[in-house]
Amino acid sequence: MTSPLTPSTIHDIGYRHYEGRRLGRSYVIRSLFVHNLRAVYGLGRPARAKVMPFLLVAIMMLPAAGSVAVLAITKEPSTLIRYAAYAVLLQPIVAIFLATQAPVIASRELRFHVVPLYFSRPVGSFDFVLAKFAAFVTAIFALLATPVTLLYVGALVTRPSEETQAPAMPSVGAQTTDYLGGMAGCAVFAFVLAAFALVIAAFTPRRGFGVAAVIAVYLLSSATVGLVQFIALYNNNYDAAGWAGLFTPFNLVDGVQVGLFGASGSTPQGPPDGIGGPVFALVCAAVVAGALAVLYGRFRKAGLS
Amino acid sequence: MNATIAYITFRGMLGRRRALLLFMLPAVLLLLAVALRITGNNDLNISTIVLQRFALTTLLPLLALIAGTGVIAPEIDDGQIMYILTKPIPRPVILLTKLAVAIALVVAFAVVPTLVAGLILTGGTAGLAAGFTVGTLVGGVAYCAVFVVLAVASRNAVTIGLLYALVWETLIGNFAPGARSLSIQQWSLSVTDAVSSASTVTSEVAFGLAAVLLVVVSVLGATLAAVRLRTLSVASAE
Repeated sequence: MTSPLTPSTIHDIGYRHYEGRRLGRSYVIRSLFVHNLRAVYGLGRPARAKVMPFLLVAIMMLPAAGSVAVLAITKEPSTLIRYAAYAVLLQPIVAIFLATQAPVIASRELRFHVVPLYFSRPVGSFDFVLAKFAAFVTAIFALLATPVTLLYVGALVTRPSEETQAPAMPSVGAQTTDYLGGMAGCAVFAFVLAAFALVIAAFTPRRGFGVAAVIAVYLLSSATVGLVQFIALYNNNYDAAGWAGLFTPFNLVDGVQVGLFGASGSTPQGPPDGIGGPVFALVCAAVVAGALAVLYGRFRKAGLS
Repeated sequence: MNATIAYITFRGMLGRRRALLLFMLPAVLLLLAVALRITGNNDLNISTIVLQRFALTTLLPLLALIAGTGVIAPEIDDGQIMYILTKPIPRPVILLTKLAVAIALVVAFAVVPTLVAGLILTGGTAGLAAGFTVGTLVGGVAYCAVFVVLAVASRNAVTIGLLYALVWETLIGNFAPGARSLSIQQWSLSVTDAVSSASTVTSEVAFGLAAVLLVVVSVLGATLAAVRLRTLSVASAE
């Protein structure tokens, strides 16, 4: 019963004919993207849906603001939280954001069995999944990048004009390089975390259950990896501790930051030298590709029922 | 207590996929304990860290959150709670029954696995297994009471509970030691410390204070939830 999904299809279901302009595939994807991005932050929904995402954004901003304030007073560069460490440091809050907002993107249509309504219009299953994924990635990137940008701007603004007043402050060039590295890290975080949370949420459509499932997988993986790393370091087995980081999302992405972007590690043990960085990056890519494939399968199947 | 409400709540909590999640959490703890025992990494220091970091600070709040909010929040959310509230059963009885179900689930999926994991890791050494069993039990009761009152009071109960457990107890507790003395986690650890003779268990709060605070929080939570449920008016779902 699937009709050819050409971009210009407007199904003739026997009512009025449509003679107007066809806006095409990119317009469809853009509309779905904007709709989902707004939904993550509760825009266009009742105030109750806005409270939690914006509360979490506010909590994310607090340490950055505090850190800039301390820097402004002490002029001690070590008081500024490192850009690459910010997401790892505040990972419980990011995890709560993932757990509460991933079901908004990935569970609601499944819960109310309305996916077929989308696919009865000229929306491809992959476009649908891609728009959802891109929207969640953008939302997480905004959550992570805003406080890091605040740190960067704060560092520049509080910088004394005279080099001699604070000789220990890193130069503007060094700050900018670090900041761009941090932004790249935030982008990798956004991709991997979105993949991780959306897949779990897509298989737990019941109300309240997706939240518990996402947070449970996050907590279990990070607690287990934390213990394994602790025991491996206790036994001086640095390689095993490094590889263990592959199995929990925040350590995985931090490994990419350490291995490829030259940041210093924010976890007990970063990836092993040499081959470690590229392997961590490949695993990240595999996670994202795998998640897109799984989501595609999931929504395609839900669209046929 | 009302047997029918308890039965319905149990059935709702243990229905298919939700039960899978409840079984998965303690299974990881037990697997970890067996793996550490086999590889010989089960001295007192590591065992304490496994039981404290994994059982007490991760598994227990998570399970109490799933159970404590799960027994009542979905029903309030979709309005089904009306079918129970309109029966001639006192509302405090309804609430206490649901709280008892939550505690029973926490005992089955967190306290008993903690005991088994402790026995696998250390046997009877230094009363470590017994200490953490008692600690998780009293902590579990307090967590359940807190999360049930959250579930009755707010629709964002799960998020608020997570903020409390992850942000207040763990994140802020790591930086501000003062926050630690106001957390169920540390009170449970204090009870554990009192029961076990292992020197590897240390807590920040004195045992007497911790015991009093645990009782106060549990009783206060149950009472507040009962009072709130008495005046609960159910608006239409979403």
